[in-house]
Amino acid sequence: MTGFEGATLAIDLLNITLLTILFVVAIAIARLRSLFAIVMLSGIYSLVSATWFVALDAVDVAFTEAAVGAGISTALFLAAMVLTSRTAKAEKGAARIVPLLVVIATGAILIYATIDLPGFGDATSPANTGVGVEFIERTYPEIAIPNIVTAVLASYRGFDTLGEVGVVFAAGLAVSLLLGFGERSLGASVREEDRLTALKKDEEKS
Amino acid sequence: MKGDHHVILRVVAKALIPIIALYGFYVHFHGEYSPGGGFQAGVILAVCVILYSLIFGIAPTMRAITPGFARFIAGLGFIIYVGVGFWALAMGGNFLDYDALFREPPGGHLGQHTGIIIIEIGVLFAVAGSMVTIFYAFAGRVSEIRDEDW
Repeated sequence: MTGFEGATLAIDLLNITLLTILFVVAIAIARLRSLFAIVMLSGIYSLVSATWFVALDAVDVAFTEAAVGAGISTALFLAAMVLTSRTAKAEKGAARIVPLLVVIATGAILIYATIDLPGFGDATSPANTGVGVEFIERTYPEIAIPNIVTAVLASYRGFDTLGEVGVVFAAGLAVSLLLGFGERSLGASVREEDRLTALKKDEEKS
Repeated sequence: MKGDHHVILRVVAKALIPIIALYGFYVHFHGEYSPGGGFQAGVILAVCVILYSLIFGIAPTMRAITPGFARFIAGLGFIIYVGVGFWALAMGGNFLDYDALFREPPGGHLGQHTGIIIIEIGVLFAVAGSMVTIFYAFAGRVSEIRDEDW
């Protein structure tokens, strides 16, 4: 076995291990009823997927997955969980079988689609011979920053990123409009409390 | 907070939160050289605020970062981003065409660099502000996470 084959084998083993962990975590999420455990496991699922993206050399995607999936969505799910009951209701009858069939059918279609995909890291694949090469060649002369991903996101695809920021802002706005009353009343009560303590301090002084 | 059983959590969080914030800024300002950028940095900074409020309670967090301020920077970030687009329009280029910002001759990169840095700041503000706003909207409905919730 040459060194290159050894490295390929190691990467294959790593992929299999990480995907097995993802599979086990997904099954556990589907079977659990405690919402707290589900939230924590989905954070773990995101973290393991981020690790897997690093193994696939997609560091930018991995970083975003770790920050958004494992970081903020876990925290937001925790905050949302506190507002509801702690356990999910068990589904009965058809509600148990139909999602399973849908998932199996979708998975089978996706696996069938992978047969047409080029091999991982294939230098002759369309992604590596077409527009990808052009971005690699043109980014430094045109934009002069080393990270091509940032150059594509912020400059070549700046309009697209503007739309993404707009979506994030609209989500914040919508949640604020739908659920903001609690936040406002709590903010007001915090301010009121501050005012009362300030008044009390003034009275003690005088 | 009542009781003393969260003392380890509080001590560790007090040491970690500034480091997380610093890392967020690193991710932001190093985004042109390494993975990351405004979006990830905004999320990390928002996580700082959320972690603080999970551990020390929502009321002290709202005193430090008021809900109004979070909404304000969410909107401000979006306006900054769109502002760069209109700046390019005003200088005679297309919307968000950074080459037009300073009317440079071909081969100049100042416009590209300035444009990317400013829109990344816009992304940072919009994402961090929106995330904190969303968290406040959820968490503001109960005064404090009780021990039996965990």
